[in-house]
Parts: sequence; C-alpha cells; structure tokens
Amino acid sequence: MAPPPVYNQRSPSPSQPSGKGEVSDLKMQLRQLAGSRAPGTDDAKRDLFKKVISYMTIGIDVSSVFSEMVMCSATSDIVLKKMCYLYVGNYAKHNPDLSLLTINFLQRDCKDEDPMIRGLALRSLCSLRVANLVEYLVGPLGSGLKDSNNYVRMVAAMGVLKLYHISASTCVDADFPTTLKHLMLDDPDAQVVANCLSALQEIWSLEASKSEEASREREGLLSKPVVYYLLNRIKEFNEWAQCIVLELVAKYVPSDSNDIFDIMNLLEDRLQHANGAVVLATIKVFLHLTLSMTDVHQQVYERIKAPLLTLMSSGSPEQSYAVLSHLHLLVMRAPYIFSSDYKNFYCQYNEPFYVKKLKLEMLTAVANESNTYEIVTELCEYAANVDIPIARESIRAVGKIALQQYDVNAIVDRLLQFLEMEKDYVTAETLVLVKDLLRKYPQWSHDCIAVVGNISSKNVQEPKAKAALIWMLGEYAQDMQDAPYILESLIENWDEEHSAEVRLHLLSAVMKCFLRRPPETQKALGDALASGLADFHQDVHDRALLYYRLLQYDVSVAERVVNPPKQAVSVFADTQSSEIKDRIFDEFNSLSVVYQKPSYMFTDKEHRGPFAFSEELGSLSIGVESADNIVTAQRVEANDKDLLLGTSEKEESRGPGNNGSAYNAPAYDGSPALTAAPQTQLDLVSLDHTPAASVSSTSLAIDDLLGLGLPVASTPAPPPPPALELNPKAVLDPNSFQQKWRQLPISISQEISISPQGITALTTPQALIRHMQGQSIHCMASGGQAPNFKFFFFAQKAKESSNYLVECIINTSASKAQLKIKADDQSTSEAFSSLFQSALSKFGLP
Amino acid sequence: MRTNTSPSLVLELLQRIARVIKDYLGVLSEDSLRKNFVLVYELLDEVIDFGYVQTTSTEVLKSYVFNEPIVVDAARLPPLGPASLFMQGSKRMPGTAITKSVVANEPGGRKREEIFVDIIEKISVTFSSSGYILTSEIDGTIQMKSYLTGNPEIRLALTDELTIGRGGRSIYDYGGSSGSGAVILDDCNFHESVHLDSFDVDRTLSLVPPDGEFPVMNYRITQEFKPPFRINTLIEEAGQLRAEVMLKIRAEFPSSITANTIVVQMPLPKYTTRVSFELEPGAVGQTTDFKESNRRLEWSLKKIIGGSEHTLRAKLTFSQELHGNITKEAGPVSMTFTVPMYNPSRLQVKYLQIAKKSKTYNPYRWVRYVTQANSYVARI
Repeated sequence: MAPPPVYNQRSPSPSQPSGKGEVSDLKMQLRQLAGSRAPGTDDAKRDLFKKVISYMTIGIDVSSVFSEMVMCSATSDIVLKKMCYLYVGNYAKHNPDLSLLTINFLQRDCKDEDPMIRGLALRSLCSLRVANLVEYLVGPLGSGLKDSNNYVRMVAAMGVLKLYHISASTCVDADFPTTLKHLMLDDPDAQVVANCLSALQEIWSLEASKSEEASREREGLLSKPVVYYLLNRIKEFNEWAQCIVLELVAKYVPSDSNDIFDIMNLLEDRLQHANGAVVLATIKVFLHLTLSMTDVHQQVYERIKAPLLTLMSSGSPEQSYAVLSHLHLLVMRAPYIFSSDYKNFYCQYNEPFYVKKLKLEMLTAVANESNTYEIVTELCEYAANVDIPIARESIRAVGKIALQQYDVNAIVDRLLQFLEMEKDYVTAETLVLVKDLLRKYPQWSHDCIAVVGNISSKNVQEPKAKAALIWMLGEYAQDMQDAPYILESLIENWDEEHSAEVRLHLLSAVMKCFLRRPPETQKALGDALASGLADFHQDVHDRALLYYRLLQYDVSVAERVVNPPKQAVSVFADTQSSEIKDRIFDEFNSLSVVYQKPSYMFTDKEHRGPFAFSEELGSLSIGVESADNIVTAQRVEANDKDLLLGTSEKEESRGPGNNGSAYNAPAYDGSPALTAAPQTQLDLVSLDHTPAASVSSTSLAIDDLLGLGLPVASTPAPPPPPALELNPKAVLDPNSFQQKWRQLPISISQEISISPQGITALTTPQALIRHMQGQSIHCMASGGQAPNFKFFFFAQKAKESSNYLVECIINTSASKAQLKIKADDQSTSEAFSSLFQSALSKFGLP
Repeated sequence: MRTNTSPSLVLELLQRIARVIKDYLGVLSEDSLRKNFVLVYELLDEVIDFGYVQTTSTEVLKSYVFNEPIVVDAARLPPLGPASLFMQGSKRMPGTAITKSVVANEPGGRKREEIFVDIIEKISVTFSSSGYILTSEIDGTIQMKSYLTGNPEIRLALTDELTIGRGGRSIYDYGGSSGSGAVILDDCNFHESVHLDSFDVDRTLSLVPPDGEFPVMNYRITQEFKPPFRINTLIEEAGQLRAEVMLKIRAEFPSSITANTIVVQMPLPKYTTRVSFELEPGAVGQTTDFKESNRRLEWSLKKIIGGSEHTLRAKLTFSQELHGNITKEAGPVSMTFTVPMYNPSRLQVKYLQIAKKSKTYNPYRWVRYVTQANSYVARI
C-alpha cells in the first residue's frame, strides 16, 4: 500500500512551505516516468500523482507540472486516470492554453472500450470550463448520449447541462435539449432519466425568456403524461432523484380530483421513507395538490403529523431544526391540528438553543383553552431554569400566550409570581410583558399595579424593562402612590441614564403624572423638561421642547395630546403579512421556511429563475384567510381614562371613528391627510420609538402638514394634472416585457388603498383591465380569483418608446393594492406612479 | 445565495456522505481523511455531479470507485470534533461500534462473513419534582451493517404484538397498554431497500441489505415504559451560607444487566464557591467533580448493576446569602448512560434469517440491544 502523502509527517500548521523546490522535484520525477514502461511504473506514478494532488489540496500551485501530468496519463490504470482527471479539472479553467493539451487524450478516452473510462473522460471533458474548447465537446457528448452503457449516458446528460452553462448557443444549436427529452422519456436507467430531467429543467427555465418554444417545453415537463410517466417509475429512482421528481410534481396542476387522489395514493408510502428530504418533498406535493379541497387538506395535515414528528425527534439537531421550521409553518396555519401534540414541543435539556427557541414558539402557537394550563406550567419550569436565555424566552412565551387568550387570570397570576422570584432578568422580561398585557387588558391594572408597585426601580436596569416600568408609572400615576416620587428620583439621575428610550419614556411619564397629580409632580416635571431641553439626543430634546411649548400654549391641549382617552389594543399585529406567509408556504421544503422569508429576499438576483407569468400567477394563494387578519376587538368605554391608543411597534388598533374594518398595519392605512395630522402628533408622544414600519405614514403625514400634499389614492381631491402623457396605443410583446421586468430595478414599491367602489367593481380581472386601458395603461397578464388578483400592466410615454411596467396585486378583502413599478426612465417613475394611482382610484366611479 | 434548496436534503446528504466515507474508511476522523484524501475525492466526484446528487449508496459506489482505503487504527484516534455532527452513527452506536471498512479486505485476505443488527433506543424522560413522569419518548433505530458477500436476502422478524399508530387516541393516553406485551409505535419509517409485503401479516421485514451501515427502520414510541433509573434529589439549606445535596440513583432493571458510562449532572446555585463530596462507603469506579466555570456538579459512575442503588452527598458553600427558594436556583438533574442488552420498548428481533447460498454458508449474526439516554431529566 502506498505511503501516506508527505505533508502528513509534518505538523499540520497552516503555514505550509511554498513548495517550489518540491514541485520542481515532482516535475523531474514525472518526466522520468512519462516514457517508462518498466514494471512497477504505475505504482510509482500513483505515488507521485498523490503527492501532486496533496499539494493541490493544501493550496500549493502545481499547475506548472500540467504537461508532465498529461504525458503520464497515457496509462490503462484507472486509478491513475482518475487522479489525472481530477488534476486537469482543477487547473484547466485557469490555464486554457494548457487544457488544449488534454483534449486529445480525453477525446481518445471517450472512445475507450471500458465504459467507466468513457464516462470519466466525458465528465472531465465537460468539466474543463474553457469556452473556446466547446467545439470539441459536441461530438463526444453526442455519442455519449447514445452510449450503450448507462453510466456514460448518465454522465453525458449532466455534460449537456455543463456545456449549456459554458456556451448556451452551442448546446442549443446541437439540439441537445431535444435529445435529452427523448432520453428522459425512453431510457431504461432511472438515474439517466433523473439527470435528463434536472438538466432540462435548468436549461428550459433559462431559455424560456429567450424563446417561446423553450417556454412551451418547460410547461411540457409539467404536463400530465410526463408527470405520470415519472410518477409511475418513482420507485426505480434513488432517493435523491425521487426528490427531484417530487419537486416537479408539486408544481403540477391536477386536472380533477381523481387526478389528485391517484397521485396521493401512489405516493402514500413515500411518507414512510427514512430520508427526511423525500418525506418533506412528498408532503409538499400533498399540501399543494389539496389546497383547493379544504376537507382533504385537513386530512393531509393529520396524515403528515406523525412522520414529521418522527423526523423531528430522530435526526441530528440541525435536521430537527429544519423539520421543526416546517412544523412551525404548519402550526401557524393550523394550530388546532397540533394542539393535542403539544408535549412533543417540550424542550429537552440537551437541545441546542435554536431548537429550544423554535419549540417555545410552537408551544405559544398551539396553546388553546384545553392545553394552556399545562403548557404554561411547563414554561414556568423553564423560566426558573438556570439557562438564562431560555428562561427569558419562556417568559416571553408565557406573555404571548396571555396576549392571545381571553382567559388570562391564571397566566397573569403566574407572571406576577415571576416578579416575586427576584431574579433580575426574570423581573425585566416580566415587566415588559405586564406592560403589553395592560395595554390589551386594562381591566387587570389593579392586580398588576399592586405587584409592580413593590418593585424597586433600582433592581431594574435593562432599558426595555425600565421603560416599561416608567410607562406604567406614568399611565397609572393615580393608582400608584409613589409614582411622582419614583419618577422624581429617576429624573435626578438623568445624566446617568444612558438609554435615550428610557429618557423619552421618562418625559412622557412625568407629563402624564403631572396632568393627574400636578402639585406633587410640578418639580419633577420642571427638572425633566430642563434636562430634556439640554439633552444631546435629538429626539429627547425635541420631545421636551414639544411638551414645553404645549404646556405654554394650553394645558388642556397638552392633556389632549399627551393623555387622551385610549382604546385597548385588540390585536398585536403579526410581523409578517399573510401574503408573505403564503409565499413561504408556496416554497415549502426550502430555505425560505427556515429563514421565514420568501426566496426573493435572500437569493441572488442573477441566480433567480426567470420571471414567469404562469408560475407567479399560479403561486398566488387563493383565499386562505389568515387568522391574524380577523380582529375581534373589544370595545372599551370611551370614558375610561386608562385607555390606550396603540402607537407602539407591531400593533394595531382601531382608528377613532372607524367602523370596524381591520387594518393590517398602521403604516398602510392610507388615512386621508385630515386624520393623518393628529395621528402624527400622537406618534410623537408614543411610548416607543416610532417603528420603521410606520415611518412612511408618519413622514407622509408630516409632509401633509407642511403642505406638500403627496397624492394618496383615497384622497378625494383630484390629483394634479399629469405632466406625463401616455401612448394610448402602446404595444409590448410578452417576451420583451419579461426581459425588461428582469432587468429593471424596482423604482417604486407601494401599498395603496382601493376605494370601496373599486372593490365592488372588481368582480373579474377584465373589468379593471378595460378600465385601465381607457387610461392608456395596458394589461400584459392577469390572474387569480377573489380576494386575490394579480395584474401586470405596461404603459408607454406618448412621444418616445419609454416603458413603464407595473405589478399590481389587489386583495379585495383588505381593500389594498400592492404596486411595484419599474421604468425605463426612472426619473419619471414618480409621475407615472401618481398617474397610475389616479387611474386606479377612478375605477368603479360612475 | 444561488438557490433556495431544501435544508433537509442538504443535511441528509452531508450525513450520507459522512456515512459513505465511514463505510469506506472504517472510521471518519481527521487522520483517516488525511490518509485517504484521494479516495475521498473520488467518492465525492461520484456522489455529486454538477451539484446534482447521483448516488450515496456504498453498494453502487463500489463499482465506480477504485482507490483502496488505507485503514487507520481506530483505537488511538482522537474524536473528530465538530464534524462529528454528521456522524449520527457514532451517536447511535455506542462503545461497541464496528470500525471495519466495508470494502477493505481483512489482513488474512478473506472477509469474514458477518452481519450486525443493532436495536438502539434513545430515551427521553422528564420526571416532575414529585417523581411523576411528565413526558417520555423512545426514539429507536434498527441499524444494520452487513459484511456479507453476494448480498443474500434477509428476513428480519419483529415482535408479533406490534402496532403502528395510536389510532384516534391521544398520544399521551397512558395506561391500558402497559402490562400486556404489546409494543405500540407512534410512527415509523423504513430504508428504501425494505420490502413490507408481509409486514402487516407477520411483522417481518425482508430486504437485500446494501453494503455499509444503514438504518433499516426508525421508530418513535410515546407509550408508557418503565424508566431504567429513578432519581431522587434532595437539596436543603443548612445554615446561611451552606446547603446539602443528596442524589440517589436506583437502577430498575434486572441484575443480569449492567449500565455503563453513567454521568449525573446538576447545576448548583450561582453563588456556590466550594463543594465537598461524600461517596457511599466502598464506592468503586465513581468520581465527582464541581465544575466551577458553569457551577455544575458532576458525578460519574463506571457501571451500575441492575437493582442496585447509589447515593452521593455533597456539602455546598456559598459566597453570599441566598434569597428565595433554593430549588429555584439549582437543578434540574440530568443523566446520561448506556445500557447494553436492554431496551425499554421490548421490541425484539425474533429471528434473522439469511437466504442460504450453500449448506456450509453460515455467517455470523450479531443482534444487539442498547439503550442510551437522550434527555433524562429529573426536576427538583
């Protein structure tokens, strides 16, 4: 047996010698062996080749022995050949001139008697990645695809794809895709079929933007005959190829329910596969096939539960996490289905943090009337745990459960018990939660305040917790005997308070306290305003100034601004829109689920599949109303002094005088300028930082205050006359549209409201298309059904061929439209946007 | 990032690659990789082509791969460190793991005909502070590693009274089933080589085992079972800056069985500065330690014989006075162990039949049972 490579004897330190001397030694020795026919030559060559490859592996440049390696490769020893191919594949790309040397012997090997050598040579030939050598590939590839040996055909099918990536035109001109298609439908070897399928999917997806035919061919892969052909052979494929086939089947649109049941019955036993990737791919097929059949869809959930739980508990922590992420997605869609399995989501002490954290999220999601008691009991165990990060997460989880349940008595008691544990981090987390709880359930204020009042502010150091405590001091100044004095002592230490958030809260709290208990708070308020005005932090300074001037102007106005009657927060808004969630669901069994983001947010643009109407429109999920959208707000009497107006992050509340329509997020409520103005002021006295999400509405409102008057869709006033004129007879063919859509950046992305008349008129996509056409905005494609419609519009400038492209997704139940505008001439995209919005706002008007 | 791939596929693939390398090299370690990197390159080239997985079957790879492995001595190898993440095998195959290459020939020239079947059960149990079982689960695998030439067909018969799925009953519905000999699996899955044709009738799996190590079947059980160990913990304050801990472990399995490599751990209050231990008189093979960095008590026992009981007492000294309940500052107690020839689910391999090639053909068959703690926790 050959001795281990040289570097083994040395220390494995990263600082390897440059190897110059060794490399020239090797060169000499290789040269000597090249022509030798003495017995034992092959063994000597093997040793040398191993050395060369070991140098290559540790990063020493051995490209200088290229010609010697090629000379030595004239051998029938397959181990030597393989090492040589490895070497050539590594250096060819950067030494295109030298690679020419290899063509000869690779081409010769492609005709070898031994199919292994034919296959290996062909694979190496296709892996050279040298553009000007592609002409030498076509011949060997062509015969490789027709080879009698399956290994060679398998390699050749992948080779076509490699060629396509080096030179697409050479590949297409040689008609290789068509050959692959025939091979895919005929070949007796399943791996050849699988490789053809993989190659064709990639090639036709990339070609689809260039040619109609390729686009049709790509659709053809999803046709019933092809899908059934592959499904009928599913057991011949190895597990990895099964994944590829299943991924394809998940995109198949079944013709009727028999079709769906046939496929599901055929794939049923794939759910018992030991390979998690196969199981998840099968689950994706089941979920997507049954989307439109509510009952069967529920049965699918029941069926996939056990396999998923098994995968979750049997693999490595990493695998568990991947499966858990998928379970999490499903739990969010159908919490009740998993509610009896909650014990599976209990944390085990040896699990890594990331698994535990996700399990806690699952527990909050599945909590309902029947299991809350047990779940909260378990969470309380974790809260008392020595593992501090998990203890914190557990407390947050208890809080979340409290916020989503109406029967919160027991939970509030538990939370208050946390405060008695006297652990700093427990107290801190709990305070933040109690604050949120009070904003939703003001009726609990008495119990909470009694306990919170006992907490010494000196034991609370974390800014979030301190801010929460201060907020409660301000908000419940009347019920907390010491409130003015605690605030006063906090204000005395103003300079030591590093967190601007805390100082902002101090200002607001002392204002509220002053308005309720003026004599006791006057001094503290004076100190706070003085300190605030001298504060180096802009926001703190500004808020102090605002309060100061408000008080100067009129105390009753100040009261109305700082301490208005508030409504309880009904639902803390979800961080993710339901559209995003649906997109993630469409991308089941992918990283999107792990990242909780749709793929377009994390994949590189240039590697994203080409823009395709059918797919985009097909993926529009239809009518899956997320539970977060349903706001069951409880009305609280208007004269209750403790009412809150939701101004914090991630929350939503009913705007005053709004008759029960639920907004998705405050940022997008599209309030007309008139109501936006007071909202701006309220935002300024909000207890938290203005969240990023509401920046647009705030700035919009401020702009309105300053009289800039950005047009808003529902603004009754007519928009300014458009400076932009559109060509009423614009034409654009679908291919150029797709190409442009891919190339151009998004200039404007916006969500706007649609008037009730517009929603009523939008019974079919055609209605809107006709209307927009009257405004010189033409439709390229449309799809979907109520409540989700999707349109692609385009328009052209009147006098030049400058295009505007629009993606417009309308959700009729939310009365919202999401616009994405792309323009050849970016400078005019604003103007076009207002034109488009004004056209849209006229829809449905008589 | 280029593509939005399936995370399960990638993780599964990494694990399979590790398993293939282990099949070839006997062990997967830094040293074995260094000695065999050309072979590993060769394997990887055949496993993945242009990003697409071609095969991960050692069986199939054998016909494509020509380098011979250089086998390293497993005994003197350091563990692989972080890369062992992907070696599920090492976690599942304790102590006695076979470290023999599937492809390399024995020094004598001929391969020994043998087949290993391991029934490995990882158990998770959480006891409440009053000793009541809060949750329990068994994650089991029937793992096979075949060194048989010619790939004969194998029949593996399992316990007759085996039920799969818990019907409409709630998974945590205890009682009823215990006492009878029935084994109820919540769910299970199988390797693709397994034929289930007669499984429903007589609980027999038939398969042609591919070369190398692979799981024939994975299963999950939440049916109640008798935990192998009972843990009793007592922690009491003894004066202002002191406390006493008493840990008692009772082995509740037959005396013919011996558990090994037992470690009991318990986090102590964070003000603990010193711990003095007191082992039971005549204790052998037991060590104790106080890990100051993470305030953890560690008690290791080389072996525990079934039916026996072991106690550890510890006196804690604190640097400052504790406020609040001491039980909230310490614990829970966790335990790791391995119990060979014992499996709490009582799932048995009744027989292992190898299709005979000739009268003299009688390969070695090894059927082994082993139980390991996954998360074995007692709250205090």
